[in-house]
Amino acid sequence: MSFLEVEHIEKHFGRTKVLRDVSFSLEEGNALAIIGSSGSGKTTLLRCLNFLEKPNAGTITVKGEKLFDSGQNNREREKDLRKKRLHFGMVFQSFNLFPQYTALENVILAEKLLAQSSKDISANYTAADIHIAEQQNFKLDKKKIMSDIEEHGKQLLDRMGLSERMNHYPHQLSGGQQQRVAIARALALKPDILCFDEPTSALDPELTGEVLKVIRSLAEQKTTMIIVTHEMAFARDVSDRIIFMDAGVIVEQGDPKQVIDNPKEERTKQFLSGYAQGF
Amino acid sequence: MFWTVTQSLLSGLGTTFEIFLLTLLFALPAGLILALGTISRFKPLRMLIQVIVWIIRGTPLMLQLIIIFYGPGLWLGHNIWSGNEAGRVTATVVAFTINYACYFSVIFRGGIEGVPVGQREAGQVLGMTKSQIFFKVTLLQMIKRVVPPMSNEIITLVKDTSLARIIAAYELTFAGYSFMKSAGLTWPLFYTGVFYLVFVGVLTLLFNYIEKKLGYFK
Repeated sequence: MSFLEVEHIEKHFGRTKVLRDVSFSLEEGNALAIIGSSGSGKTTLLRCLNFLEKPNAGTITVKGEKLFDSGQNNREREKDLRKKRLHFGMVFQSFNLFPQYTALENVILAEKLLAQSSKDISANYTAADIHIAEQQNFKLDKKKIMSDIEEHGKQLLDRMGLSERMNHYPHQLSGGQQQRVAIARALALKPDILCFDEPTSALDPELTGEVLKVIRSLAEQKTTMIIVTHEMAFARDVSDRIIFMDAGVIVEQGDPKQVIDNPKEERTKQFLSGYAQGF
Repeated sequence: MFWTVTQSLLSGLGTTFEIFLLTLLFALPAGLILALGTISRFKPLRMLIQVIVWIIRGTPLMLQLIIIFYGPGLWLGHNIWSGNEAGRVTATVVAFTINYACYFSVIFRGGIEGVPVGQREAGQVLGMTKSQIFFKVTLLQMIKRVVPPMSNEIITLVKDTSLARIIAAYELTFAGYSFMKSAGLTWPLFYTGVFYLVFVGVLTLLFNYIEKKLGYFK
């Protein structure tokens, strides 16, 4: 069984079928790239994984634990939902940093809130349990935990090359810097799988490089990732596996070099030729 | 004479201030509740609030004040507002609260809807609870958006308190006007204007301060 198993996912918005029978798997430490034109369902797929949308059918399994199963009664409590969400991290196209907090505060906010509330949820808090250690010590040493969290946040921003920008507010940062803060924020909760939703699409061309560089280094460190992107060369280089989607279905998947250099399907060829012409 | 007028105007200002503060105290939370109602998923509630807001915003505040003050006495046969000054002020506060809650609700709704959906979603994927998202992420952004239109509305409220004169509540304008009636003096009217100007001036400074305080983020 793979690290992540996604099976037969369907998603409808009214009559529109946005995702149709989408199945794929991902191994630990691998990077999966998803390519396809706008409206092909890539973003919706990521949103389903992060429980921002609820699929109409299918299952999602991480490390053998079934997180979503449309066959089951899925009216779950908010608490369980939040726990499941923590398996996935999400980096949005438009960054979605919290404007009223500094870069560092953005990175550590969720972790601090989680540590504060872990007192009350300790009994149910087992899966994806990155905070179990903190939880056990929580009452003993709150100050230490908070300073550890802050230290961890600083390290993450340092890894993103932002040690000079920790106390800046989002509006004082460039788009590329904001997106790197967003990546640090997603990493802070140590998700099993980090999702990127077109992380460079909202950036000026000269700023995409710095963000791609960070993602590349994450791939080198064997971070399990799903990257929805329009950067073909980057997808080909960085990912271990690639999926081409069109009209809500997976048209082709396989080795990135093979899919991009020698696509089998006609629709993939058409899509990629659009890029070759530099569009 | 100047001293007599000043004393009289200060007493009127007290009533004006009372109406102003009590209206804010009740209309702000009421407006927020109405705003939450207008974005609720329950359609009948949404419709009901929309109709109420339409009626209240669509008719003069003075008319509403007259109906609320005199209506109960005429319909029920006895005046629920005691006939003294306190009763008149109470009726004014009730009418103003209903009226201003409706205006505030529209401002609050704009503030809530003005916070991008992505902010809430970012909180969700970070495992925050609904209340954490509201208090730690959206609330301050909403307040920042709401301050400029709110300052407009609140400054209007200061001057609308003069409508209470219509039911003979002894507020600031009534106080100034009475010297014209009794002694044929017009200068107290201008003096009254100065009172309003100072009141609004202080509020303007206060709102500028709040806006500046919230200016550290965009």
